[in-house]
Amino acid sequence: MKQELLTVIENAPLTDAVYRMRLSGCAGENRPGQFVNIRLEGFYLRRPISVCDFENGVLTIIYKAVGRGTDAMTRVAPGEKLDVLTGLGNGYDLSAAGEAPLLVGGGVGVPPLYYLAKELIKRGKAVSAVLGFNAASEIFYEDEFRALGASVAVTTVDGSRGIKGFVTDALPESATYLYACGPLPMLKALTKACPVSGELSLEERMGCGFGACMGCSIMTKSGAKRVCKDGPVFGKEELPW
Amino acid sequence: MVNTKVDLLGITLDNPIIPASGTFGYGYEFAELYDINCLGTFSFKGTTREPRFGNPTPRIAECTAGMINAVGLQNPGVEKVISEELPKLKKVFSKPVMANVSGFSVEDYAYTCALLDREEQVGWLEVNVSCPNVHGGGMSFGTDPNAAAEVTRAVKAVTKKPVIVKLSPNVTDIVSIARACEDAGADGISLINTLLGMRIDLKTGRPVIANTMGGFSGPAIFPVALRMVYQVSKALSIPVVGMGGVASAEEVIEMMMAGAVAVEIGAANLVDPFASKKIVEALPAAMEKYGIQKLEDIIGKAH
Ligand SMILES: Cc1cc2nc3c(=O)[nH]c(=O)nc-3n(C[C@H](O)[C@H](O)[C@H](O)COP(=O)(O)OP(=O)(O)OC[C@H]3O[C@@H](n4cnc5c(N)ncnc54)[C@H](O)[C@@H]3O)c2cc1C
Ligand SMILES: Cc1cc2nc3c(=O)[nH]c(=O)nc-3n(C[C@H](O)[C@H](O)[C@H](O)COP(=O)(O)O)c2cc1C
Ligand code: FES
Repeated sequence: MKQELLTVIENAPLTDAVYRMRLSGCAGENRPGQFVNIRLEGFYLRRPISVCDFENGVLTIIYKAVGRGTDAMTRVAPGEKLDVLTGLGNGYDLSAAGEAPLLVGGGVGVPPLYYLAKELIKRGKAVSAVLGFNAASEIFYEDEFRALGASVAVTTVDGSRGIKGFVTDALPESATYLYACGPLPMLKALTKACPVSGELSLEERMGCGFGACMGCSIMTKSGAKRVCKDGPVFGKEELPW
Repeated sequence: MVNTKVDLLGITLDNPIIPASGTFGYGYEFAELYDINCLGTFSFKGTTREPRFGNPTPRIAECTAGMINAVGLQNPGVEKVISEELPKLKKVFSKPVMANVSGFSVEDYAYTCALLDREEQVGWLEVNVSCPNVHGGGMSFGTDPNAAAEVTRAVKAVTKKPVIVKLSPNVTDIVSIARACEDAGADGISLINTLLGMRIDLKTGRPVIANTMGGFSGPAIFPVALRMVYQVSKALSIPVVGMGGVASAEEVIEMMMAGAVAVEIGAANLVDPFASKKIVEALPAAMEKYGIQKLEDIIGKAH
């Protein structure tokens, strides 16, 4: 973890409510599946957001305006500086991928998988991605995943684009390993539907984001774990459901 | 050169800054970030007789100028703290540490304190009486002068280390509770623990915290904490450690003027992991600004 003062170089909408922010000047290390914790003027607690990409000190995050904090984030202008804790959490284990890993993301669970896909493809893996959204108007980063060289399937709940239904309706025949991030019901359904071993990224309300307060603890098969420090990525078999 | 040293019950602290229990773990998350020997000391996570997972999540809610937590005293239990956490701490912290103890019966407190009494690195026992008394209808020990005194006596009987009783602010008369602890043999008092609070999620109409209520802390509670430190330190003759909403060197000075001999920093460590270090570093300049040569001279100046 590092505390850094980063400069916003881009903050623009991708859809109605989903924004992409780019921050420059990041000296720390950020691996796929890790997150950052952002201090916003006027808010006491920081906001945890996954790393969507990291290259040459530029950090990319994608966030959805869902409440007062993320709403305020949409109004941060390029040039402004943000106090960010970077390199938080464990991240995905890339060495477990096998030859044909499957990446499944739902909504704003998609962003961390982009960085993961990029790193896996760099390592010569045949990456399949299933990206789930509610409707065509909410889709983002489909083309970016394709541009990386991943084979991409998109699902929408209302069928306005891609396969109608949930991510579990679009899983490929076979895969060597599963990496997923998204809402809890999606992760639970995936755990049942996907026979291969894998890793899931969880969310929890956080006090600190670096392991000090025990605010984010969950019970796993191997005991109490902090989502912020021991996670947010957990082995599929480690979770009690 | 200003003098930031203070005496806390016979042990000299290089400065009065003490990260508060529950916001600093057992020290080593922070030791990865900076040399924690720059602190006066710190109070480790509330430790109980048995291991505890604590409450279901969500355990955290944001508030204007503060936060609510309902962690529920998650800790590995005193035996593991002694066998695993303290040896790890010893490698990164060379000063006496404050051992924060919680319990759900008088026997729990005595049991845990008796074990920690044998630990060389433990400088003080900070006894958190904000917990519910399972034999007393679930009412917190800290809301009843007799129960608080009973815990104090039981702990004093099993240890030679200085005993600091940490009080809950959720009472009508803080001075009477503090006095009961002093009369029962407490060597010092620390306060305040968190204020009972809650938040409701407007979208669901349900409490944000799974446990419905939790402890409110952070900058918003500073004036309440300062007032209680003032009242208790004025009424008692034993030392008082002040805390509640402190996030700057100026607030440390204010707490000390209210009567605190040392000051604990809680939630500030969570929102800025370097908060305690920054306060230690800012203290000399703040002292100079107010013409303070020796920090000990200002303790209770407002009385
Ligand atoms: C490890 C991790 C990674 C995340 N990555 C992303 C991401 O890449 N993109 C994205 O859009 N969102 C992500 N989130 C969710 C994001 O943190 C929340 O949407 C955001 O904190 C909401 O803040 P708010 O002020 O708008 O909402 P409010 O509801 O007003 O927030 C109130 C409080 O609750 C907390 N909170 C609310 N919802 C969540 C939530 N789902 N998870 C954790 N805390 C919450 C807030 O941080 C704040 O402290 C992630 C969460 C975690 C834990
Ligand atoms: C996440 C969290 C956990 C806490 N856990 C404990 C604990 O285990 N024992 C204890 O005596 N106090 C505990 N406290 C209370 C603090 O030590 C402190 O008394 C209180 O938060 C007021 O200080 P602050 O406003 O600086 O946070 C906790 C506070 C927080 C925020
Ligand atoms: S949020 Fe503090 S330990 Fe995870």
